[in-house]
Amino acid sequence: MQARVWGCRGSIAVPGPDTVRYGGNTSCVEVRLASGHVLILDAGTGMRPLGVSMQNDLPDELHILLTHLHMDHLQGLGFFRPLFAPDLDIHIWGPSSPVQDLSERISMYLSPPLFPVRLEDLASNTTFDNAPEEPVTIGSATIRAAKVAHQGPTVGYRIEENGRTFVYLPDHEPSLGADLANVPAAWMSGHDIAHDADVLLHDGQYRDDEYRDHIGWGHSGVGDAMEFANKANVDRLVLFHHDPYHTDQELEALLAGARANWPGLEDRVSLAYEGMVIRLDEAGVTVR
Amino acid sequence: MSNPVATPGAQKSLPLILARELASNLATPMFLLDAAGMLVFYNDAAALLLGKPFSELGEITGGEFGADLELAELDGTKLRRLDSPSGIAWSERKPAHKRVLATMYDGTRGAFEATAYPLLGSTGEMHGVMAVFWPDTSGETAD
Repeated sequence: MQARVWGCRGSIAVPGPDTVRYGGNTSCVEVRLASGHVLILDAGTGMRPLGVSMQNDLPDELHILLTHLHMDHLQGLGFFRPLFAPDLDIHIWGPSSPVQDLSERISMYLSPPLFPVRLEDLASNTTFDNAPEEPVTIGSATIRAAKVAHQGPTVGYRIEENGRTFVYLPDHEPSLGADLANVPAAWMSGHDIAHDADVLLHDGQYRDDEYRDHIGWGHSGVGDAMEFANKANVDRLVLFHHDPYHTDQELEALLAGARANWPGLEDRVSLAYEGMVIRLDEAGVTVR
Repeated sequence: MSNPVATPGAQKSLPLILARELASNLATPMFLLDAAGMLVFYNDAAALLLGKPFSELGEITGGEFGADLELAELDGTKLRRLDSPSGIAWSERKPAHKRVLATMYDGTRGAFEATAYPLLGSTGEMHGVMAVFWPDTSGETAD
């Protein structure tokens, strides 16, 4: 499979000269499977350019896997051109709710006064399902979701194909109320879907000193992201969901500090950036 | 709807993880059962009353826990496991409250009040039971 990052910013889109290297679009990752199937992880503003890129070569079906419905993970949906393609089959997966089904909750955004077009007026054949907490097969991949610690109902996704595992946990605070270093793996949010992953895209929104003022906001400090990846035996950690107040320079300083604190893991942690391509196959993992 | 069977060593569900963290940060004695009815945690406040830290006891079945405590009605009648507040919350999926007699691990026997409620997930699935308990200071007995 091949993953391409179209947006890795957290909270709100931040275009401008300070965010050129890592990008200002919010969460959206395209995953193309060996079978040709296309998965889209989250519908942040990065989804708009993704839609442009695929509008002239649409697959037969698309699967949009939403981790949760905060605006930075949903705002691009209304601007995703394939949504308006007649007869295209689009399956949207997202966290379950005891109160409303997924389409009703998404309709709160895709309807006036927040948006001019109603969900039911879209030309594509759109269906909605709860994120699969039991493994499901899509094309050549097996996909599983799990609820994780964030603000409100939120899931992460594990995608396995040909012996390789790609895990997506963009919004996650596994250390909420706990000292992660001393928490047994069985009691660590997200461990079940992240363990032994070849590549983990994980929330790394805050510097560790910033996190102390944001406990309970649903995101991780970089130190906790690395501790989580280490305990989950992840091979390669990609820090994701960059804070909207962090410039390119600040992000690189954050990465340098993290690497200095985790000797021996320097080559296994990096920053997500728009245009980043991660390929996972029998030969291994390559990033460009 | 039957309750699921826990897999030893598997990651606990998110509601159970969050409940454990809540209990760990409170001075209210609390214990947790998982969806299979295993005692999977009690906090330091509970350990003070029970006379044994959870790390020393480890995970045991709810039935074993109830037997250890020799749970009884206030008149001394043995309390069936599923008639305790945590047993009701687990088997009937509803909150329950009761005054009971119990023997702590240090041999102290006394009256306690306990309240338990089920942890039901967004699709109604069972994650376990959270229970609080405290010494009954009312001085009332069945007599």
